[in-house]
Amino acid sequence: MIDVIDLTKKYGDLTVLDGITETIREGERVVIIGPSGSGKSTFLRCLNCMEDPTSGSIIFENADLTDLKVDINFHRQRMGMVFQQFNLFNNKTVLQNITLAPLHVGLKKIKGKEARAKFRAEVEANAHRLLQRIGLDDWADKYPSTLSGGQKQRVAIIRALAMNPKVILFDEPTSALDPEMVGEVLDLIKQLADEGMTMVIVTHEMGFAREVGTRVFFMDGGHIMEQGTPEEVFDHPKAPRLKEFLSKVI
Amino acid sequence: MNIAKSWSVFWEKFSNPDTLQRVLGEGLVNTLIIAFAGLLIGIVIGTLIAAVKVMPKYKALPRILDKICSVYVGFFRGTPIVVQLLLAYYVLFPILGVNIGSLNTCILVFGLNSGAYVSEIMRGGILSVDGGQMEAGRAVGLSYATTMMKIVVPQAVKNILPTLGNELIALVKDTSVVSFVAAVDLYKTFNEIGNRTYEYLMPYLAMALIYIVLVALISLGIRIMERSLRKSDRRN
Repeated sequence: MIDVIDLTKKYGDLTVLDGITETIREGERVVIIGPSGSGKSTFLRCLNCMEDPTSGSIIFENADLTDLKVDINFHRQRMGMVFQQFNLFNNKTVLQNITLAPLHVGLKKIKGKEARAKFRAEVEANAHRLLQRIGLDDWADKYPSTLSGGQKQRVAIIRALAMNPKVILFDEPTSALDPEMVGEVLDLIKQLADEGMTMVIVTHEMGFAREVGTRVFFMDGGHIMEQGTPEEVFDHPKAPRLKEFLSKVI
Repeated sequence: MNIAKSWSVFWEKFSNPDTLQRVLGEGLVNTLIIAFAGLLIGIVIGTLIAAVKVMPKYKALPRILDKICSVYVGFFRGTPIVVQLLLAYYVLFPILGVNIGSLNTCILVFGLNSGAYVSEIMRGGILSVDGGQMEAGRAVGLSYATTMMKIVVPQAVKNILPTLGNELIALVKDTSVVSFVAAVDLYKTFNEIGNRTYEYLMPYLAMALIYIVLVALISLGIRIMERSLRKSDRRN
């Protein structure tokens, strides 16, 4: 589904990603772990070109996203992203946060007042359905500043979901949360996993990584140093660097 | 100088319906039109320039636009507004053969001038909005321009409202030079009263008072707007 070919990212002289080639298949839940500075967030952010790769290609649905001629906005609609800092739109209500992109993208293609009103009602009904799913429909008309961290992140996840993406990228989705709110966010991600959503997740939650992942990447120094099923990586690590890392975090 | 006499001479002239019409109907109205229309044009131009300034510069077009904007801002911040008025009214428009009248010239020049200042204010405002807002907009597939207009600029405007208020106040006061190009503003009409009566004390004092009241009213209006825009900050 996503083919990463010889992906390299440099900041000046610093090489953050060093020629990574990897394929992420449909239905997979790839979990990326590794020490800070290992390039895992940068790798994730290169997948939807949030960070422009220095060289290499990202092939997604037959298009090379690193090509400046590609309509990156169209492909990003098919590839959701959830951030560490939630990044809900502060000037929009919870409902508007979810409906903004679907409405903006959809209404451009629809002519006629009635058809547009109908489409708008559908999008809003869908947003309410998603909010009900996470138990926050009562908050639809509130602003993000009134939500707790866990609520914000769950809204951010259904905001990504509202575009019906093929894959969702999670960039340390629980790192900015109070410990007691981590569970509610992880539960929602697990639900999506059970429904077969393709995901790439950067996380420090090892228990969660083991439970939800179908494949685990251990990144260090801009390389995927070791990868395999959660059992292989967590129970039978081979690389000394991975053993050392696991002994520290678990 | 006899204050009482000065006052009675001024009041007799000022309370005359024709003078009142001239001062309030023309002077005050023109001052407000030039300042508000100028700011409006300034905000539009300033926002566009600021958007160009903060745009990523991978491609050639943004780089060229950036250079043009720098020249524009450099000119309008580098010359006094009187010079710009004179150049437009006595040099540029006659050469081009257009005549849009002195009031419209003033509105245009004040707008262009204000655009240069607002662009810097707006750029600061845009930079004050957390970068995650732009990223989130791009991540759901909105274009740079759409995210800018729907997400970033509204939040930037909220942050810069007090500074924009300052700009409006500066504009209101700067309009006092428009008589250089034969436009009628508050200063012009009060000066006329002085010229007729040979008594300048009261007209100039009254003029100062009106400017002070105008600025106080604008400050109040800005504060009310700020409060209503802070809605999304409040925990309720």
